[in-house]
Parts: sequence; structure tokens; C-alpha cells
Amino acid sequence: MPAGNRKNITGGVVQTSLATSGPTLLEVRGLTKIFGTLKACDSVDLTIGKGEIHALLGENGAGKSTLVKMLFGSLEPYSGEIRWNGEAVRIASPSIAKKLGIGMVFQHFSLFEALSAAENIALSLDDNTPIGTIAAKAQALSYSYGLPLDPFSMVGDLSVGERQRIEIIRCLLQTPDLIILDEPTSVLTPQEADKLFETLERLRSEGKSILYISHRLEEVKRMCDGATVMRHGKVVGHCDPREETAASLARMMVGNEVQAVVRDPIEGMDKAEPLLEIRGLSRKPATPFSTPLRDISLNVRAGEVIGIAGVAGNGQGEFFEAVSGEAIQDDAGTIRIRGNDAGKLSITGRRMLGAAFVPEERLGHGAAPRMKLSENLFLSRYATDAKAFLGAGGLVKEGAIDAATQRIIEEMDVRKSGRDPEAAALSGGNLQKFIVGRELDRSPTVMVVNQPTWGVDAGAAAKIRQSLIGLARSGSAVLIISQDLDELFEISDAIAVMHNGHLSKPLPIAEATLEQIGLLMGGAEPGHADHSMEAV
Amino acid sequence: MFEQIIITIATAATPLLIAALGELVVERSGVLNLGVEGMMVMGAVSGFAVALTTGSPWLGVLAAIVVGALFSLLFGFLTLTLVTNQVATGLALTLLGIGLSGMIGESFVGQPGVKLGAIYIPYLTDIPLVGRLFFGQDPIFYLSILLTFGVAWFLFKTRAGLTLRSVGDNHTSAHALGINVIGIRYLAVMFGGACAGLAGGFLSLVYTPQWIENMSAGRGWIALALVVFASWRPWRVLAGAYLFGAVSIGQLHAQALGIGIPSQLLSSLPYLATIVVLVLISRNRRLTLINTPASLGRPFVPDR
Repeated sequence: MPAGNRKNITGGVVQTSLATSGPTLLEVRGLTKIFGTLKACDSVDLTIGKGEIHALLGENGAGKSTLVKMLFGSLEPYSGEIRWNGEAVRIASPSIAKKLGIGMVFQHFSLFEALSAAENIALSLDDNTPIGTIAAKAQALSYSYGLPLDPFSMVGDLSVGERQRIEIIRCLLQTPDLIILDEPTSVLTPQEADKLFETLERLRSEGKSILYISHRLEEVKRMCDGATVMRHGKVVGHCDPREETAASLARMMVGNEVQAVVRDPIEGMDKAEPLLEIRGLSRKPATPFSTPLRDISLNVRAGEVIGIAGVAGNGQGEFFEAVSGEAIQDDAGTIRIRGNDAGKLSITGRRMLGAAFVPEERLGHGAAPRMKLSENLFLSRYATDAKAFLGAGGLVKEGAIDAATQRIIEEMDVRKSGRDPEAAALSGGNLQKFIVGRELDRSPTVMVVNQPTWGVDAGAAAKIRQSLIGLARSGSAVLIISQDLDELFEISDAIAVMHNGHLSKPLPIAEATLEQIGLLMGGAEPGHADHSMEAV
Repeated sequence: MFEQIIITIATAATPLLIAALGELVVERSGVLNLGVEGMMVMGAVSGFAVALTTGSPWLGVLAAIVVGALFSLLFGFLTLTLVTNQVATGLALTLLGIGLSGMIGESFVGQPGVKLGAIYIPYLTDIPLVGRLFFGQDPIFYLSILLTFGVAWFLFKTRAGLTLRSVGDNHTSAHALGINVIGIRYLAVMFGGACAGLAGGFLSLVYTPQWIENMSAGRGWIALALVVFASWRPWRVLAGAYLFGAVSIGQLHAQALGIGIPSQLLSSLPYLATIVVLVLISRNRRLTLINTPASLGRPFVPDR
């Protein structure tokens, strides 16, 4: 997807109802789900025809997942009606959904890591077929759909793409009439996603219906026959995505225009001094399911943003830990910050050299959930900003911390209730804005961010991306680890790819193509693209 | 002499094995029940009391099993239905069991009990050297071996066992697939209680046929450690239980031989061995992590 798809938003036609041509398979009327005071789904209508790929669009938190969990029987609706083949049904549990013929591929995989693929599949089948038979059937089916699978491998050892294959095969073995896919491509390489689309089109030709949940507009346009758009728990419109532009779909999802991110090109990058140097960084796997790092070298220079792409679970988390100081290296020289050996320094030690880190996990890692924003600010900056925040005898200067907190909240447009709420009370996007803002407020010379906009709505994501570019252009070195290729193409000056603990050479953004990056994500050696398809 | 030592080791190991197998199933379902000691001692007192009043050791065994299961049901209700903290509730169950059994058993202290005798099969039991070992022990010994085989077969060869392991590995996923997480955990907890009760009954009906307050004497804790020691695998539990049985019998013989080590230190050997083994095991993270039920001890509240 090109970087500029959110630009030039023009008007799209929003129909409030959609007449499906073929016979109707599933009809949902006025479905409502309330959690406490939040209406996660507010009288939602949805119609899916037989042999239709129907898209469910919406931002994070729009209520898509809640809706499909009700369709699959994981959640019980508060009110509303579900009609299946014209008959009103009550889907009280996933096993009832399966009996009706509804299959689901979950967004956060519902797999068991310590069990084999075949055992995982067996668990979702209600009959008592022996594991061996299931393994044989699963393998045959997986090859017939071109999704090869070793039924006896342990899930904990598999890549995310392979795990998704298990989910899909498991779903297909139940021969469902309706398959629900929740954000299936968010963890796949572009090539793996293409494979998935082929599978889905084949399923459609076999007369199956598919409910496809995504916020990736290009793939929805490419494949889906109809779309329902949700925002804040409500359906805001039905449309035919093939007649819309990505921009008009985006506007329906977000509700207003999204500011496009601007990245000025930089010149003379080679001459700028490297602020973050990584030399021959290796790390043994810390747990049985983690990836070792293999001889990683990278320089990030003043003024540039380097992006690290890769399918989840290829060592990005381990790499971030090694760079941030959560894991300390044996050799101090493997990581240098502003020319100082930092490999043996703690997180605080590295911060004192002018570095800042934003981990992937917001709650519990980036912020202490039950502590106030001001306390979270102090926790990460008490050492670097000791002069500003600590008075005589180590007493905490609450006034100064409060002022800084409010400054960050204003600067990053953090929306919250109350003056200084607990971190857990903020929505994901707003907390992420605060955490990024907390680090930016120090004007760090080196900034390392893991998944800067994961689960963040489009407006907040644009704000965070723009501020990271701004930091780099003011003379800092910025390193971004992300699974979102669109994001990396939007903000990076060069992109390196992590695969199985190796890091490729950074490709300047002017030379990088989506296809090329995708092949590297699948494990291809640069320049040997031909072999890559086997690995995908 | 050799045969005699092996048999005493088996007698020391059997209660550990049975209690640990029960706890293994509980923990494989993702529940940590630290109340093994309490359930054991409740089984011991009720087994003794019923055997004494009815005169039938078999009714005593049955009572020990039933009381152990019922006592664990209390734990199940608190931790699974009311979602209390499993560690605190388990500790409370142990304290409650020790206190309650002392109160129930007060009038039984010092009374001679009913012993569940060893079996005797003509000719077979009389085979020299191995006859008594294989064909002349108490019935619960044979049950414990069968139980090891049964638990291993159930967990790794049956669909129900697979479901139970899946609940222990990831209860959220299991729930999403429509598996009744709470129901399975109730059954597992009650199986663990029944096993602990049986182990307690073994103590008061076979090991030393009498009632002494707090007669489980820390065996429940060793059983808990054994489960970790065995990295949640039934046959390793068997090996561990016999190893610990051997250590505790060995220290008795060492004392009898008058080896110049204080007897208190020798008596603490099994416990020291537990600590040493736990330290050694935790060094191999891969081994532990692969077999460790990932949801162990985590509370589960389904969102509806």
C-alpha cells in the first residue's frame, strides 16, 4: 500500500443499507453489547450473502472484535437478533456456532504453544477422531490449499505465519459455511498475505462466505464484495468497497480527515556522525520460544530515521531488549551511544548518555498501569532529570513533575478524564502518545521505539509518526521497530529487515520497494529473490 | 535384607507418589493447590476413624478418598467460582486441614488402628528375593503403580487428557474454543483431593496404623515439590518419589548404623534433597518451560 493513501480524501458514497444480490446467509439486526458503561456494540446491523467476502472495517476499538465474538458465541449479546439461513438463532457458545457452520480465525491466536499443531486442531473438533487421522487430514487439506503444514511440530516453535496456517486449517476442517477472519494479514509478509487471498478466493468459489475484518483498505478493495464500516460501536455505513477509494473508506472509518505525515528528504546523511552504533551484537535465546540474535550491526546517524521491518517473532523483541539495556551484553563495545561503550550499562545508564526507549508493551512495560501519569513520568526520568525533579535530600519536587506532565499532555494532545489519571485509565492510543511524549520531552539524542503505533487509532498514529520525524530532523538518531510496513515506508529514511535473528543492510527508502522488503521478511538473501518463494 | 530395604522404600514412596500424581493432574489443568498437606492429613484422620469404627480398612480407604475430594471441593469453590488467590487459599486449606484433623482425631490418639494387610498369593509371594517385592505388598502400592500408568495414559493418549492440558496451557484460548474451563478444573481439583486423601489414608492404615496429630509430617509439601521436580511428567514423578523414599529410608539406616551425624540433620535430608533438585531443575529453563502449564496459578474469569 503506498504511503499516501490517506491523502486527498474525496467524498465517498455512503449507503445506509445494502441490498445483497444472492441468498442471505447471515443477518444481524440491532445487536448490542454493553461492558459496564461502554456500549461496545450499539444496535449493529450486518448482512452477509452466500459466497460473499464481506469486509468489516473500523479502527481499533470500533467494536469489530466484540461483534464477531458475539457471532462466534464467545460473548453473549445484550440485545438484538441473529438470523442464520433465515432462522433466528441464539449462539450461546462457540460449539453452537461451530454446529451452525461458523468458523473463526482469531486475531490473537487461540493456539496452545506447548501442544503440537495436530493436537491444537484436534481440540477444536468435537468428535473423538484419533490424533493420527486428524494429522493426516490436516496435512492433506493444507497441501491442497497450498498452505503446507507439519502437523507434529510444536506451536511454540513456529512463526506467526505458520501459526495462522494452523488456525485456518483448523477452521476449514470443520467445513464451515461462514469463516470469520479477524485481522488476518496484520502479522503476515506481503507474500504470505497474497497466498491467503488466493485461499480466500478459492473458498468463495466453493460457495463459502467470509467475514473479513481489517483496517487495511487496499486489500479490502481488492477482494471484498461488500463492506460494513463501524465507528465507536455503531455501523456508520454499508458500501461496495470496489466502488470506493481507499481515501473515502478511510474517512468513513475515522470520521474525519487524517493529517498526512510529511517527511522532508535529508541530504548529506553519510557525513553525519553515527549516534547509535551496534557492532556484532549476538544473543543466545533467553527462553525456549525466543529467537537468538546473530551478529547484528547497524549505525543510526544524526538526523535520520531507520526502520526495522520483520514478521513478529524474528528477534525484534530480543533486539529491543539488548539495545535498551533490559538485557545487558557481555561485551561493552557491541552497543555504543554517542561514542560511549554502552553494552554493559543498565537502562538508566544508557538513558544518562542521552538515549530514550519506548517498549512495545504499553501497560506493564512502558507504564505502570495503576500509577498516575505523573508518577510514570517520574519513574522513567528520575535519574536523567534529577536536577529538575529532585530537591534537597532526594525529596521529590511534585510541582515540577506535575508541570512537566501537563506540558507533555498538551504537546501530544493526550485525551483523558481528570487531571492526572492512572495510566490504565487511558485508551491505548492516548497512553502511547503520553509515553512517546514523555521521552520526546527530554529531547533525546538517540530514540529507540518498538511498535510505535500498535493498536493506536489513525489520528494519534499520525501525530506520533510526525513527532518522531521531527525529532530526527532536529539532529537526533531515531530507530523504529515496526511490523507495519506502511508506517515504515511513511517515516523511515532507510529500512532494514530482521529475519530469524539476522538484520539485513538498511535499504535507502528511495530504493526500497514493498516487494523487496517482503522477500527479505520471508528470509530471502538480498539479490537472490528467486529462492525466496520457497521460504514464504 | 536387601528385599526388606526395597520394600520399606516402596512404603515410604507410595504416599508421595499418589499425592504428587493427584497434584500433577491439578497443575496440568492450570490450578496450583498448595493444600495437599491439609487434604492428606484429613484423609489420614477420616480413613483411620472409619476403619476403626467399622472395623473394615477398605471402608477406611474409601472414606479417605471421599473426604479428600470433598475437602478439595472447598478449595475449588473458593478459587474457581469465587476466584480467590490460589496460593493464599491453598495455604489456608493446609492450615485448616491440620487443625480440623487434630480436632476430629483427638479421641483416636493412642488407639491401635486397623491395618490394611499385604496381599499373599500362594507360590508367587514365596519366590525368593523378588516374591514379596512384586507379589506381597499392600494393595495400595499396586494401585499407585497403576495410577502412574493411568495418569500418563490419560494425559498424553486421550482426548480428555489433551483438553485438560490445553486448559492448563492457555485458558483464554480454551474458552474461546468452547471448552468448559471451570468445569474441567473442578474435576481436576477433586481428583487431586481424592489422591491426597488416599495418600493420607495410606499413612494411617498401612504405613503406621494409628493416628498421630499432624501425621502427614510435611509429605504434602514434598509431593508438591515432586511435581515440579518431575517437570509435570507422571513417570518422572514415580522416579522422584522412589528417590525421596530412598533418601528418607537411607537416613534411618544411617542412624541405626550410628554414623556420627546428628539425627536431626539426617532427618532433614529429604527436604535438603528437594531444594537441591529444585535448584538443579530450574537451571534447565527449556526443559521446565516446555512442560510447565503456562496458565498455572493464573485466575480465570470468562468474559461474557
